[in-house]
Amino acid sequence: MAWVFAAPFLILFVLMYAGPLLAGFGMSFTDLRSTDVQNPLNVNGVGLDNYQRLMQDEAMRKAAWNTFFFVATGVPLTILLGLGAAVALHSGINRARVFFRVGYFMPHVTSIIGIAVAWRFLLDPESGLLNQGLGLVGVDGPAWLAEESTALPSLVVMAAWRGFGFDMVIFLAALQGIPRDLYEAADVDGAGRWATFRKITVPMLRPALLFTAVYSTIGFMQFLEEPLVMTQGGPLDSTLSASYAIYKQFGVGNYGYAGAAASVLFTVIVALSFLQFRMLRPKHH
Amino acid sequence: MVRKAVLYVLLTLGLGVVVTPFGWAVLSSFKPEQEIRQSPPTFLPERPTLDGYRALLDQMDLFIVFLNSVVVAGVIVAANILFCSMVAYALTKLPFRARNIVFALVMVQMMVPGIVLMIPQFVVVANLGLVNTIFGIVLPYLVMPLGIFLMRQFMAEIPDELVHAARIDGAGEFRIFFRIVMPLCKPALATLGLITFLTAWNNFLWPAVVAQTQDRYTLPVALAIFSNHQTSQYGLLLAGAVVVVAPVLILFLALQRFFIEGIASTGIK
Repeated sequence: MAWVFAAPFLILFVLMYAGPLLAGFGMSFTDLRSTDVQNPLNVNGVGLDNYQRLMQDEAMRKAAWNTFFFVATGVPLTILLGLGAAVALHSGINRARVFFRVGYFMPHVTSIIGIAVAWRFLLDPESGLLNQGLGLVGVDGPAWLAEESTALPSLVVMAAWRGFGFDMVIFLAALQGIPRDLYEAADVDGAGRWATFRKITVPMLRPALLFTAVYSTIGFMQFLEEPLVMTQGGPLDSTLSASYAIYKQFGVGNYGYAGAAASVLFTVIVALSFLQFRMLRPKHH
Repeated sequence: MVRKAVLYVLLTLGLGVVVTPFGWAVLSSFKPEQEIRQSPPTFLPERPTLDGYRALLDQMDLFIVFLNSVVVAGVIVAANILFCSMVAYALTKLPFRARNIVFALVMVQMMVPGIVLMIPQFVVVANLGLVNTIFGIVLPYLVMPLGIFLMRQFMAEIPDELVHAARIDGAGEFRIFFRIVMPLCKPALATLGLITFLTAWNNFLWPAVVAQTQDRYTLPVALAIFSNHQTSQYGLLLAGAVVVVAPVLILFLALQRFFIEGIASTGIK
């Protein structure tokens, strides 16, 4: 009977997840192209050719570097903003807490397309609110999304803006779960605010930190929708991410090659998550 | 006292930064094109107009696209409410040897990145002849792991004695599931419905891959394609953004408690 109840999940899992995951891996050792999908007899095994090609592909290397940049800047920024907001909301703000919490969480539930339109408008070199504001204080703002040096950081800030509310909710729940007597004990011992934060709050937040770190890293490793709708990966591939490069190969029909790149990305994501689990897992007292 | 005042000022400034992009887009969507580009900008629309919205209606088959979005989201919500609960019932209330294995599979599905699956999933959908169909758009999302996770947590709290008593009375499992367990799960089902609705409504990449003609586009897909062609017409694009975002924001603001608490509970456990 249990199998009957689990069947909808299991069928879909095999058809749309386990099957495709294995097929994608298998695909990466072939020259499968979009035109071969109807007649699989045209497909040939090519061994590790796709993986070798990956190493020499200039765009893929650029994409790997950009993805590293996205993760290295976006993850800490998102977590710090989320933690900051949660700590602020947890220190005695009672009446307005729900109000702020809802406001900060709002970008997280909003369609990326709606966000893209609003942010492109905000960052418009001439009529954008940001450059108009900078103009008031005598600064000539750049064309944020059209210059190689500013496009990538702009997207990171936008992504952090969109994502920090989620981390805030996680941290807020964790903060509320810390027993009050721990703080009272610290108070009796005469510990200062900063010492209390470092010695009690941060260790107690370890599971929440682990969760948000893994969650945001996986998110930023797959960074795709933001550059896709904001910059199309430009200017000059400066916002091309690994996922976007894979998506582009899919678009031109190179399924085998895209499968190889996806397999590499997946391996890196799994390795990173594993590393974070090792580093951040709760210590045994 | 001073500390609290500083906190409030900082939090309010932060809120201003967070809300500005939306607020500015909504206000500007009611301005004529010329006023949108004016420097210095106007705050409230000086000459309020619906030109942007009218242009949107003229240039896009808004009704069909909106309807597609509603159908896609509706099917996904209904399927998840039924299927996620069924799996959760098996995982919490039925004797089941492979229980841990099935739960591990749920976790695996939650971890695998979308981009890794996208191409082979598309090949599957193509082989099933489902390209450019609504069914193809909803297929990967009919049983979402986060939903199973959520329902499993909630159902674990329902006393087993309740189910045992019904079994002794001779009730079948489906009867127990629909008549006893599901009615007790209403709060969790509200959260599940809301989360799946938001996910489905905002989903962009997969529908953009599967839908190939305008009569199958969902709202985000239509607006994305539009915004690549009409980069200069801000009034129109901002109106489109408001139409995409408004239903979700209204729903979220009305039911935010279910949503935020649902997220928080999956995070800590």
